Amino acid sequence: MNINLTMIGQTIGFFIFIAFCVKYVWPPLVQAMQDRQKKIADGLAASDRANQDLELAQQRATQELREARDEAATIVEKANKRANQIVEEAKTEAREQGDRLLAQARDEIEQERQQARDALRAEVATLAIAGAEKILESSVDAKAHSEMLDKLSAEL
Amino acid sequence: MAGESPAEYIQHHLTNLTYGKLPAGFERNGTELQEATWTMAQSAEEARAMGFMAFHVDTLFMSALTGIIFLVLFRIVARNATSDQPGKLQNLVEMVVEFTQDLVKNTFHGRNPMIGPIALTVFVWVFLQNSLKLIPVDYIPALTSAMGIEYTKIVPTTDPNATFGMAIGVFLMVLYYSIKVKGVGGFTKELTFSPFNHWSLSWFNLILETVGLLTKPFSLALRLFGNMYAGEVIFILIALLPFWAQWALQVPWLIFHILVVTLQAFIFMVLTIVYLSMAHEEH
Repeated sequence: MNINLTMIGQTIGFFIFIAFCVKYVWPPLVQAMQDRQKKIADGLAASDRANQDLELAQQRATQELREARDEAATIVEKANKRANQIVEEAKTEAREQGDRLLAQARDEIEQERQQARDALRAEVATLAIAGAEKILESSVDAKAHSEMLDKLSAEL
Repeated sequence: MAGESPAEYIQHHLTNLTYGKLPAGFERNGTELQEATWTMAQSAEEARAMGFMAFHVDTLFMSALTGIIFLVLFRIVARNATSDQPGKLQNLVEMVVEFTQDLVKNTFHGRNPMIGPIALTVFVWVFLQNSLKLIPVDYIPALTSAMGIEYTKIVPTTDPNATFGMAIGVFLMVLYYSIKVKGVGGFTKELTFSPFNHWSLSWFNLILETVGLLTKPFSLALRLFGNMYAGEVIFILIALLPFWAQWALQVPWLIFHILVVTLQAFIFMVLTIVYLSMAHEEH
């Protein structure tokens, strides 16, 4: 338990060890730890960013989906409308055509009736004259009585 | 240790292996030395007679060995340090480094990149020196005496020389940083103008501050030495019990000392940081 030169030797050793530690031990260790901290921080930031991106992408996807659905709905609606319109147009056309045909047919009927009537009238006049001739037993001057006969056929 | 009285056994275990200068006129083995000679002390009396001009070979060897173990281990880890996934050893080393780093960050408010490595060295080195104590007290001395070395005291921190040596190292750093940070004038002013800021009391302040300054290394060295020495003495006393009864006291005392060893190293480090921090602060 004597105090002696050991003390000074120990002090010298102390400084040598500290110097070595300061120069060769501490800096690489602290550097490695700092690098790791930075790496971890970067990784966390990147994952945050990725999460954000994912969220944004999801939002965009949802929006686009909604837009697409809307568009599809619009298109279907338009198509329906168009179809209805076409059907309506077709109906209208058909009706018009029908009407037109009907009118034409009526016209024709009318015309034919007119013709028939005319023919009949002519026939009737002839018949009437023939009848009258028979009745009168004499010929009737067609010319002299044509006025009367026309009046007669007009009455038929 | 058969054939020895307990007192001799204890004395033997507390004697360092000393190499020093025996003064002229010292009577050795019946003959008087003609001139001062450097030699290995063969007894506690011879070691005492050597006075200041002597080395405790065991203390120096073990403290150097522990210091080199510390530096080699940490150097290997530091050289292979990776910022990716660390290995087990790197993990352990980083844990210690981070522990000291945090402590320095919380305790030391100046800006000095040296404080971290200083604290790390102090902590690990003192811890390793202390932990030699956990080796049973007779193992190494029995081994060395079989090799022909008479005295071996393996725990450097049970030698006041070692603890004072380190405390002096801390003290020198305190002086160095005090002067570096505050300048010679600032440091002198601090010593002479506080706590009583009046010129007529500067002599009193100087005495007070010098005592305060000198108390630091003393308390640092004596605290570590006292704790370690007392623990060692208890271990030696326990070793005097019959071999079948030793474990009953040795086990609890050993477990307790796992705490003491760490705690004393920790305290030594914290006080070193605090003293250096005070050296950096203006009053």
